[in-house]
Amino acid sequence: MNIVKMNDDKNVNKSAGSHAGTLKKTGVMKTEQNRDEKTIIQDSSDLCRKRSRPFEFIIEKVILSTAFLSLAFIILIFLFVFREAATIFNNDKTETSAVYEESETYGEEALGDNPGIDKNKNSSVTMEADQSKSSFMDIFGMTWLPVSLTPKYGILPLFIGSLKVALISLLFGAPVAILAALFTSAFASRALKETIKPVVEILAGFPSVVIGFVALIILASLLQNVFGLQYRLNAFTGGLALAIAIIPVIFTISEDALNAVPKHYTDASLALGAEKWETAVYVVLPAAMPGIFAAILLGIGRAIGETMIVLMATGNAAIMSMDLFDPARTMSATIGAEMAEVVFGEFHYGVLFFIGVLLFAISFLINLTTEVFIRRLVMRRFK
Amino acid sequence: MNKRILAITTGILVAVAAIVYAATTTITVKGSDTMVILSQRWAEDYMAKNPAVSIQVTGGGSGTGISALINGATDICNASRPMKSSEREKLKQRYQSLGVEIKTAIDGVTLYVNEKNPIKELTLDQIKAIYTGTITNWKQVGGPDMKIILYGRENSSGTYVYFRDEVLSGQDYAQTMQSMPGTAAVVNAVSRDQYGIGYGGAAYAQGVSFVAVKKDVSSAAYEPTAENIKNGSYPVSRYLYMYVRNRPSGEMKKFIDWILSDEGQSVVTKVGYFPIR
Repeated sequence: MNIVKMNDDKNVNKSAGSHAGTLKKTGVMKTEQNRDEKTIIQDSSDLCRKRSRPFEFIIEKVILSTAFLSLAFIILIFLFVFREAATIFNNDKTETSAVYEESETYGEEALGDNPGIDKNKNSSVTMEADQSKSSFMDIFGMTWLPVSLTPKYGILPLFIGSLKVALISLLFGAPVAILAALFTSAFASRALKETIKPVVEILAGFPSVVIGFVALIILASLLQNVFGLQYRLNAFTGGLALAIAIIPVIFTISEDALNAVPKHYTDASLALGAEKWETAVYVVLPAAMPGIFAAILLGIGRAIGETMIVLMATGNAAIMSMDLFDPARTMSATIGAEMAEVVFGEFHYGVLFFIGVLLFAISFLINLTTEVFIRRLVMRRFK
Repeated sequence: MNKRILAITTGILVAVAAIVYAATTTITVKGSDTMVILSQRWAEDYMAKNPAVSIQVTGGGSGTGISALINGATDICNASRPMKSSEREKLKQRYQSLGVEIKTAIDGVTLYVNEKNPIKELTLDQIKAIYTGTITNWKQVGGPDMKIILYGRENSSGTYVYFRDEVLSGQDYAQTMQSMPGTAAVVNAVSRDQYGIGYGGAAYAQGVSFVAVKKDVSSAAYEPTAENIKNGSYPVSRYLYMYVRNRPSGEMKKFIDWILSDEGQSVVTKVGYFPIR
């Protein structure tokens, strides 16, 4: 900071001098002003050098610690999720059966004789499965029925559901987003660009519960009537709603990638007589391909992690089916719907955390791939 | 002079606020989504009569409510199913009590179909076959040749568990059943889906029609009306419970006694459920 100021001293003096000169046009005043400016600047730079050191030191450490804090949070979340998920690997606790005879009731005397319900049957305890029988291998099953007298924890249908919905959203979202980005970067006038970009950014911050609600109430009925679908809520409807959420992600990054293509590529192409659209499609788009690929990967990441939209619009039936128009239950929606219910430490609880670990791993892989693509391909191409 | 008035006024205000604050007892009620409307009406009516008591009602599902009771996050838990043995055990570990069960109302679990659906009655066996996936077409129960679209509740719901135990006799739901977050969502889905079927509390059914239920092929079909549920002709009914950690005392006892009184039970009828006596 100090160094910069010292170097700038001369420039500042020069500009200040000429400024004063045009205003006052008096030699004496000019030099006086010059000298004043010089002393003030030197004084302040001296001040900076002597006094701001401890202050700067503190600021630097504060910034450093906040950076480490966010790193620590990620590591702690990571450790916590893994620790909770680990419970499914050693699930051999011996459950002690509770004694219900002791359990109290209140106000029973006020009940009187009510023939409506068989009391012996109904006032006892809910039937319950023995959770200690479940083992880690259960999660590779084909059925997801965790609250059952014979619980089944197969996460395969959930995985297929997530994949199906993400794929559909990508199929609709990616082309729209990339073409929109191409238009904005290559064809749009400055004014139009200034309109499109903030609007898409607003879409990026749009609450997903609102998108989900619109999909649940309006989009689902619309699609069912237009295509004559058997299921009103299905993977296709959910995917389409999800596309709205991933478009801004892909658009923003694609647009940056397209803008990063050096201008001389475009100039050369145009100079050789190519049309504007030819330049955009055959020159700019291929040059920005690695960046666009990265954008698509991040879009997939968002699509797989998104919870609220899929929870509301996909129907949440865990079916092993490749049909895009069947209902689907995604991994994230399963965590969202069931986390509030499970008893802490139970096998079901561990499995939900294991699904969390899987989501974590997927997003980690996607981010890693993206990073590698941007570093290796984009940077090398332009340097 | 002005300053003095200001000081006195402030002092009085603070004192009043402190007295009001000290006099207000807060009771939190959490749990079953089926019972949210009912509990809110109870709370509103009770607070109107006893302004010194503040009652906060939230939903989330029976399982969520029971977890909150175990974690100490709520005073009273609403549940549309009895507590599980493992839940009672967890409560005992923390509070040396298996919990106190209070039966507060009766609910008929009703089956909804779309208003355009010609099916008006089903036997218990047919309902079981539909929800376990043995019957998949309306044709098989005398309706149009269309696939049956199953709607149910999320597995955190007490209704989900009750229906499984009582109607499906403990068997698993068909995997094609779509889970909805709440009874209102089930009703909404069925009202928009001509070939859908759903289940839930009687108080919610608007825009859909009820299915009359027969115990078996030879018996008569009964609609889930107050009369039929009270005299036991309607075969699918259950208690709605409240659970507390220890035998109620003080303000909480007053509130629970009021719920069980004729006045509290008249609210039950108004909301659309059925009084316990």
